[in-house]
This record gives sequence, C-alpha cells and structure tokens, in this order.
Amino acid sequence: MEMHVSTKPTDLASSILYLDGVSVSFDGFKALNDLSFVIQPGEMRAIIGPNGAGKTTMMDVITGKTRPDTGEVYFRDATDLTRLDEARIVNLGIGRKFQKPTVFESHTVFDNLELSLKGDKSPFATLFAKLSSNDRDKIEDILTTIRLREKQDWLAGNLSHGQKQWLEIGMLLMQDPELLLVDEPVAGMTDAETEQTSDLLRLIAKNHSVVVVEHDMEFVRSLRCKVIVLHEGRVLAEGSLDTVANNPEVIDVYLGR
Amino acid sequence: MQDNKTTEKGPFLSLITDLPGGGKAFMGILVAVALFTTISNAFIPEGSLFHIPTYMVGLMGKYLCYALLALSVDLIWGYCGILSLGHGAFFSLGGYVMGMYLMRQIGDRGVYGNADLPDFMVFLNWQELPWYWFGFDSFIFAALMVMVVPGLLAFIFGWFTFRSRVTGVYFSIITQAMTYALLLAFFRNDMGFGGNNGLTDFKEILGFDLRSDGTRLALFAGSAIAVAVGYLVCVFITKSKFGRVLIAIRDAESRTRFTGYRVELYKLTVFIVSAVLAGIAGAFYVPQVGIINPSEFSPANSIEVVIWVAVGGRGTLWGAVLGAVLVNWGKSYFTGAFPEAWLYLLGGLFVFTTLFLPKGIVGTVPEVWEKIRKKGRAVNSDLVQQKTGDM
Repeated sequence: MEMHVSTKPTDLASSILYLDGVSVSFDGFKALNDLSFVIQPGEMRAIIGPNGAGKTTMMDVITGKTRPDTGEVYFRDATDLTRLDEARIVNLGIGRKFQKPTVFESHTVFDNLELSLKGDKSPFATLFAKLSSNDRDKIEDILTTIRLREKQDWLAGNLSHGQKQWLEIGMLLMQDPELLLVDEPVAGMTDAETEQTSDLLRLIAKNHSVVVVEHDMEFVRSLRCKVIVLHEGRVLAEGSLDTVANNPEVIDVYLGR
Repeated sequence: MQDNKTTEKGPFLSLITDLPGGGKAFMGILVAVALFTTISNAFIPEGSLFHIPTYMVGLMGKYLCYALLALSVDLIWGYCGILSLGHGAFFSLGGYVMGMYLMRQIGDRGVYGNADLPDFMVFLNWQELPWYWFGFDSFIFAALMVMVVPGLLAFIFGWFTFRSRVTGVYFSIITQAMTYALLLAFFRNDMGFGGNNGLTDFKEILGFDLRSDGTRLALFAGSAIAVAVGYLVCVFITKSKFGRVLIAIRDAESRTRFTGYRVELYKLTVFIVSAVLAGIAGAFYVPQVGIINPSEFSPANSIEVVIWVAVGGRGTLWGAVLGAVLVNWGKSYFTGAFPEAWLYLLGGLFVFTTLFLPKGIVGTVPEVWEKIRKKGRAVNSDLVQQKTGDM
C-alpha cells in the first residue's frame, strides 16, 4: 500500500506540482493540515474526500487565491506559487475549473473561447487585438473537442448545465495549460453527460497533467487513475481506487458512510 | 462573431459604419439636432416658429453635458458592473478646473480690480496666488488639466480600491464618501476655490464674451461634438476585445481572473477613461451655467446620474444619453410646474424603472416591439390557416 508521500528533493525537479507541509487555517479551523503530495508531468490524479476535507482550499492555494500559513507549493521548475497572484499563475500554465460552471453568460460560446486565448492579456493589448486565422483555427479545434461546434454562436447563458461545464473546460484548454485543476466536473450532470465528460477528460489527459476533485465514485472509477483521499486537510491514503477503497481508515471516514 | 472588414475603411470611418441600427440613428439624430439648433438660432429671425431662442440653446447644451456624464457612468456600470455613486466628483473637478481658467480670464475687471488675484482671494486678504492656481491663465493648460485632474483622482482612488478587491455595494459606498469628502473640502475658504460661493462672475472664454449669443451657441455645438466623440470612444472601447473583457468581469469576475486577466488593471483603466469623460462634461457645463460651487459634489447629484442611466438603459450607451436628456427635461418642466413634487417623482421613476423596466427604455422597447410583431405574425398565420382551411 502506498500511503506516504515522498518529500525527497529529487521529486522537485521532475514534478509538475509539488505540495509540502501546506497548512491553512481560517479562524482557528484547520482547512489544510500539513498537506503534501506530488503530481508527475502527464499524470491524471483524482482527489476524493468528504465535505470539508479541504479540497477546494487546496485548489485555492495552488491557484493563488489563498495564501498558505506554512508550507511550499512548487510548479514545474521550482516556481514558488505562493508568491504569485491568480492571473500570473494562469499564464504560467495552470488552469482551474470551478465547482459551479462559470462561463461568461452574456458572451457567445465563440467569444468565451476567444477571451480565453493564450497571449498578451494586458488592457492595452486587448484594446487593439485582432483575431488571427491561427487563433480562429485553434478555437475551431477546441469547439470540436468540447462538442459545441454547432452552438458557437449561442450565448453561453443559454447552454445546458453539462454544456457549460464543457465550455469551461474548453476555456481552460484555450490557454494551453500544462496542469488542469478540475473541481467536481460532473456534479449535476446526466449519466450520458457524465460519460462524455469522462471521455473528454481522458482525452485531455493524453497531453496534459490533470487533477480532478470529485465525489462521484463511478466517475472516478471511469477515469482509471491514481486516487488521493483527503481527510481533515491532509492525505489519508493514496493509490489505485481499489487499494484505497479497501483501506479500513478510508472506509471509516468516507466510503463506509 | 468578429468582423474582418473594418481594416479597409480605416478605423474611424468603420467605427461609424459598423454601428448597430440604434447607434446610427442616435448619431444621426444628434447631428441633426445640433445642426438644426445652430442654423435656427443663428439664421432664422426671432419670432419665427422655427427660431430656437438662446436660453433654449443653453438648456440643451446643459443637457448634453449631463448626457456625456451619463455616458461615462454607463461605460463603467453597464459594461464592467462598477457602480460609482460618486461620479459627480469627477464632473465637478472638471468644472472647477474650467472655472479656474474662466476666473483668470476676468483679469482686473473684477469687483476689486485686482489683476493678480480673483475677487474671493482679495476678500480673504490673500497676498499672492496659491501655487495650484499657476498656469490657469493658459487655455491649453486648463484643457489638459480638465482631463488630468479627474483622471489622477480616479487613478489614485481606483488603485487602492480595485487592488484591495473592493466591489459591489462597498465600492459604491466609498465613492459616496469620496464625493462627500470633496464637498466638505471645497466648502472651506482656505482651500482656495471660493468656498461656499464657488467660482462665478465669469466674463470671457478664449476672448469671447460668455453672454453673447454666438459664444453660447458655440458652447452648445462644442458640447454636442463632445457627446458624439465621447460616444464613439465608448463604442470603440466596448466593441473591442477589451470591452468583452469588461463584460466578462461584470458577469464572472473570478472566472476572468482565472482566465489570466488582471482584473484590477482593467477596472482601473476603464475607471480613469470614465472619469476623464466626466471631467470633460463638467468643463463644458460650467461656462454654460456660469457658476461652479461645492454643491455640485453633493452625493445626491451622483445618485441622480445613475437614475438617468437606469431609465435610459444600462449598458446601451446611447440609452444613457436618452435617459439623461429625458429625465433632465422632465426636471426642468416639473421643478417649474410642481416644485415640491419633483423629488417624489424622481424617486418614483427610479422605483418604476427598477421594477418594470430593468433594462431601461432602450433595453425594453425593442423587446416589447418584437413581442407585438410576433403576435401580429401569429395572428396573420392564423388567418392564413383559416383561409386554407376554408378552401
């Protein structure tokens, strides 16, 4: 059983994401308590855990929304993420999908993707920005990947819940991220949509590192990847879904309930 | 979808030709009104039915200044969701800057005949001109300051609030506090801006008598041009990718941040542009009404601007212009006819708009029109069906 997390410095150079001893507390409540784990480049990893286990706080720390009280968070070549703001971290190559689908509802699907294009995002640059044919091709590509090609002129607000989730994933892909953080992608989806989302994520995982936070065990199983179980802000168990599912501690705090 | 045809006609012309129907109609009406008023006031003899008297020209000029102020509020509120309840401050600062230039134009023709000091300074026994009054003898300098002073305040204010991620109602309250603080400050005699009385008794602008019909007409025409240019600037901004980022911020701020945009820089940029537009509006306003005093900073004034925009239609630009003109025309009429009722009417109008016309006049009328047309079509097709059924 692989339960420990290595913190050897050699991991640093080869990892895409490295968390070591991260703690965050809000008014005395320890949302994250000495959290450590490592994600390898190209790896897909699912993170599960009961409510309040610290999954969203973990995402907030990685994406610069919350500063940890202690601990280290490194991206790629030892870029210290705890010192950067959200926009910088996005432009470094970490994309984040929220739990609730958040897209720009009064823009068209096409414009949503156009706004997410990688490139100079300063006010001056966007004031005079023109769409190149390369950019257009890229948007068409992603439209095909997320199956929204026919709906490209729709206002995003008129899409179904599942389609909004895909559009948001498409918006992340537009930024060519190396690492995607996906928070509960199938919450509220129909079975068919859940299946398609699983396919979509596995397709994306072919050339990106992906971290998925999810409650739905069937969905996690369909991802066929390593799993981390979070509990009270720390890693409780790590390994394949079957391994952690048979861990008595895990059964106790989560799966058994 | 994007349009790639803009490049051939040059950026400025394409801005006008690519305007949506409502925008084109608005520009057409604005130009027509401005031209007709100018010709009518200058060339059609008094007494004729088509002659527009000078007092009317002044009134329209004033409305146009309010319209530009409303445009500036719509740019940030309608497109970026920044509800400023202190935009009157930028308007007033632009007005004060213009007032300072006009005061220096008086020269030695004031009551005390002092060529070096404005009357109120002589009255306060000041011996020399404060440093911040230097340069205002020059129109060019003053015109520059009309934009720099409000822009600078917007930069400092926005820098602190947007960086600290102050949003929503908290931001609105702070803007109220800002304009109230300026109101109190400008009331003080030792600020050097005329205290309670403000700046008035202006004589000339660029050497032209402010009371002459020709000057008043020129100021009106200038205001119309300012509104037209301000409108086109706002269209250019909102049609660009920058404008789409603004709307993105309005609808999903944190998504915008996680898409890689520095939200605070966007807010700061558009807030400064808006403050500069408001300042220019104030600068055209002061020579036409002949006075600027601290009451222009009063928080209620700024709230009124928001009502104009809400009535006309938030996020529609020319709706803001329409709202400003309509509400102020109503104000002129009702404060004359039923002075006590005006504030109740204004409050009632705001409540009515929020409840029944959340998109304002410009946002709602086309919707209703579309509904009526659809109904008409449905009735027509019913008739057709009936006819075919009969056959």
